[in-house]
Amino acid sequence: MTNWIIAPAILPALTAAHLILAWRRDIRMQRIVSVAATLALVGIALFLYHLASDGEPRVYHVGAWPAPYGIVLVLDRLSATMLLLTAALALAVLVYAVAGWDARGRHFHALFQLQLLGLNGAFLTGDIFNLFVFFEVMLIASYGLMLHGGGARRLGAGFQYVAINLVASALFLIAIGLIYGVTGTLNMADLAVKVPKVVAGNEALLRTGALLLFLVFAIKAAFVPLHWWLPATYSAASAPVAALFAIMTKVGAYAIIRVYGTIFGADAGALAGVAVPWILPAALVTLLVGAVGLLASRTLLDLAAFNIVASMGTLLIAIGVFDVDGLTTALYYLVHSTLTGAALFLIVDLVATRRIDKGGALVPGHPISQTPILGALFLLTALAAVGLPPLSGFIGKLMVLEAAYESPQFRLIWLFVLVASLMMTIAFARAGSIVFWKTEGRMTGPKSANAPIPPIAVVALLVCGTALLSVFAGPAVEAFKATAEQALNPADYIDAVLGSPQNVMPSTGH
Amino acid sequence: MELLIASAVGLMTAVGVYLILQERTFPIVVGLTLLSYAVNVFLFAMGRLVINQPPIISGADAYTDPLPQALVLTAIVISFGMTALIVVLALRGFLETENDNADIPGEDLASEAEGDK
Repeated sequence: MTNWIIAPAILPALTAAHLILAWRRDIRMQRIVSVAATLALVGIALFLYHLASDGEPRVYHVGAWPAPYGIVLVLDRLSATMLLLTAALALAVLVYAVAGWDARGRHFHALFQLQLLGLNGAFLTGDIFNLFVFFEVMLIASYGLMLHGGGARRLGAGFQYVAINLVASALFLIAIGLIYGVTGTLNMADLAVKVPKVVAGNEALLRTGALLLFLVFAIKAAFVPLHWWLPATYSAASAPVAALFAIMTKVGAYAIIRVYGTIFGADAGALAGVAVPWILPAALVTLLVGAVGLLASRTLLDLAAFNIVASMGTLLIAIGVFDVDGLTTALYYLVHSTLTGAALFLIVDLVATRRIDKGGALVPGHPISQTPILGALFLLTALAAVGLPPLSGFIGKLMVLEAAYESPQFRLIWLFVLVASLMMTIAFARAGSIVFWKTEGRMTGPKSANAPIPPIAVVALLVCGTALLSVFAGPAVEAFKATAEQALNPADYIDAVLGSPQNVMPSTGH
Repeated sequence: MELLIASAVGLMTAVGVYLILQERTFPIVVGLTLLSYAVNVFLFAMGRLVINQPPIISGADAYTDPLPQALVLTAIVISFGMTALIVVLALRGFLETENDNADIPGEDLASEAEGDK
């Protein structure tokens, strides 16, 4: 059973290689293979989620090397949730891309699968250096995807994106070096055991390493003031790619929960919660900057990009509370904001491609075909993003406010969340009324009968996802609560990784 | 030797950071390369500085830690690939826009709408 843990990493890797070697010129076969592989990935993720839902962390020892010397992949509730979310989002985005975006550049499907490899690996790994490697896999694929479609603007934004991530990688390696230099291990479970025992003289070094690591995750998660790369990158990327990137910022959030829950958790002695005081202030400013950015958006794509910043702000507020309630809320909001963020990029793309003269610019233009359905989807997505009832954004925000109630700064948090919500409401209402109502001239865009159905259906399904998250909020919150409890109590995790593993071959002396 | 390694890391980092903050792409690429050199040497030093010892625990009481060497190797491969990619990106950007400024071209809304067509 535990062998299946590596499947989410192996399947996309093999698919990507197969796509490049066998079908590099045949876009039809590429689409079939890619969609089939992603469907299989959803199946595997469902199976692993079921496996993890008994609450027992499972470990796969790569090459049967015993921990902490070998690399381990660990499946617990948190990683299983992230895997399932990634697979579901990937399938939706892929179906959208197959309608035409994938043919605008080469190797879209291979890069897409490699991106999934990096994401899944990052969610599964139990080793910090391995986390770095999977981050790099994910980033290399994302560079290719980001540039998909070409154009000077994409190249310029791509250069900045690559440069900032190279700086982040350098910081990541320095942090890893510091942590290894002090503790002599990079396995997360082993680190959780060794960090509390660190001698007083080395504590400052370890603290520096831990905070540098936080800086890296903050760049990925687009904390203000490290968020400047995000709006430029996301609004320059093609729509399906930007929608997939909605999960990329969540990798930063996941890494923060994993590292500061497991390694520098409550039992870490002098270094317990070393980065936690930094999260909340940064999150509040991130939310505010996202909301101001939304108000200042001049194009629909800017709107979708700044929505990601604002939703990361709300998500990080919940993480900043850093107790069971806070993390439960964070996980709920994470799933919600990933679906909503992706849906917004896709609906915005559908609208912008129909506005032949104005594109995504927020200025009055021609009316577009299929206004009723597109307008309704935009409205629903905006409702979810802003946090108005009845979709999951409302419940998410309510939970954030409730989780923050225990915190000493709850007045401040409430003020920021509520004011930012108002600003976001105004921004979305303004954008929607300009695009859908303030129109003149003849209608542009394909006739309803000729327009392909799958792209619209995908957006509708993503919106349905947030609706389901709202209808089944009770069971979902229960599952997330169990996940949060497991993430904050790493004892089982440590036992699973380091405790006498039966399925590991004894090392034969040679 | 400690002084030499430490000052080399510090100097390369300082020069790298300075170059990254320039406005043209070529100095940025060179800066990133220098930064990755600094990181590699730093990682290597984290296994402690030892001379003339085997990188295996062979029964002898003195050895050099092999793990940072493996880490550095991985880091070198990755940063090499990344540098190649960013050089290509910088070149493509230069050829398409005919300047090597690191700003994003085409902030003009109309050209953006056309670019997506």
